[in-house]
Amino acid sequence: MVDEAGARTPRIIHPLYIRVTHWVNAVAIFVMVLSGWRIYNASPLFHFEFPAGFTLGGWLAGALAWHFAAMWLLALNGIAYLAYCVVSGHFRRRFLPISLRRALDDIILASQGRLDHAPGRYNAAQRLLYVGVILAVIVAVLSGLAIWKPVQLQALTALMGGYESARRVHFFAMAAIVAFLIVHIGLAVAVKGVLAPMFTGRAEAPR
Amino acid sequence: MKPSRRASLSAFRPQITQLERRLFLKQGLSLGALSLLSGCTLKDDDAVDRLLFAMSRFNDKMQAALFDPSRLAPTYAEADVTAPFPFNAYYEEKDVPRIDGESYRLQLSGLIADKRPWSLEELRALPQSTQITRLVCVEGWSAIGKWRGVSFRHFLERIGADLTARYVGFKCADKYYSSIDTPSALHPQTLLALDFADAKFGYPLRLRIPTKLGFKNPKFIHEIFVTNDYAGGYWEDKGYNWFSGS
Ligand code: HEM
Repeated sequence: MVDEAGARTPRIIHPLYIRVTHWVNAVAIFVMVLSGWRIYNASPLFHFEFPAGFTLGGWLAGALAWHFAAMWLLALNGIAYLAYCVVSGHFRRRFLPISLRRALDDIILASQGRLDHAPGRYNAAQRLLYVGVILAVIVAVLSGLAIWKPVQLQALTALMGGYESARRVHFFAMAAIVAFLIVHIGLAVAVKGVLAPMFTGRAEAPR
Repeated sequence: MKPSRRASLSAFRPQITQLERRLFLKQGLSLGALSLLSGCTLKDDDAVDRLLFAMSRFNDKMQAALFDPSRLAPTYAEADVTAPFPFNAYYEEKDVPRIDGESYRLQLSGLIADKRPWSLEELRALPQSTQITRLVCVEGWSAIGKWRGVSFRHFLERIGADLTARYVGFKCADKYYSSIDTPSALHPQTLLALDFADAKFGYPLRLRIPTKLGFKNPKFIHEIFVTNDYAGGYWEDKGYNWFSGS
């Protein structure tokens, strides 16, 4: 996006607050997913296990210790991020409006290499994916609470369809997050000039 | 959830014996995790260990705060009972202790006024109640079971246990041991169970506490003690979270 000033001055496109919460979240999600895979392996829901080399914790107790430590980081950082998003107007400015149609249009444009990535502005596909993954993380946290405390938080567990159903909800929320990450990290690395600004905050010199 | 999976706690045994309490997490730092953490100052294994243990103690406190002494675990109908009920222990099913009910005496120690041992007959003479609740294993699986026995609160009051003490501990015939917080011990659904699906699940006496994970339900109990000193447990001492509330 070229501003009126002629665009020679680098612009902050990602506020510091967003950058910090984004990377704290990335660390928390990685710890949660990798330790979660180890916990899954102790009693697999489906006919497969995660390769032990790709898990965190070494054994069940170690994985649980990681999971129950990082959950605080994930939840507190997530609340801080969401509160900022709503209060500062970041959510409205960056993620709204959300349109499935326009997201599809943008995906088609992108596949033809014709989608411009304007720094500081998310295209319709990005908006949909970001809001989607935020919801997936919220579902993961709620279903996690439901299986952690099926007695104390039994109303939540019941909402998830009971303990055994909540385990599945938790698994599929993780699967959705991992699917997002494959696309998200893939694009962050593949699309030129988007990764660095997520660290520095500054848009690179406009084309 | 095949039986082989169910036995997976015992499958960890060879590993566990190699691991010392303070060391168990170091081996958990796979290369991938190490490179992930290398940017976060938690490079040092010991620091990571200490942090995780500190978080586990913090989680004990949070769970104690979350625990509502009057919130009841959901109960189920007879038809919901899981059959066959999964066997799970740190040893194989063939190694369960076999205890003679006639000569059995429950021992009492610690902060208890009347430490007279109890025979099964005496325990059965106390008022009995039945519950059908869900047992949730730390491994993730769950099963619904039926247990019948003496309200633990009633029993603790009866023997003059110091109910202001912090912990109630259990020593078992299978060398298992565990301990729970007094508020959870006094929960209305905490049961000293005498009747359950099969002797292999803890004959003659086990704890049934639906407000905690399965491993906090010691089986084959031969001694109960009340104390203010942290008493840990078999799995707890290896690194599992102590409170482990449901
Ligand atoms: C190594 C892992 C990650 C990398 C390299 C990465 C990279 C990035 C980049 C470059 C952006 C800015 C995109 C743009 O300006 O067009 C971004 C934004 C975002 N990422 Fe990630 N990310 C990672 C992990 C995660 C995780 C784990 C999540 C959530 C589960 C996540 C959710 C988001 C969201 C919601 C945004 C939009 C932030 C906002 O403006 O509020 N990312 N990421």
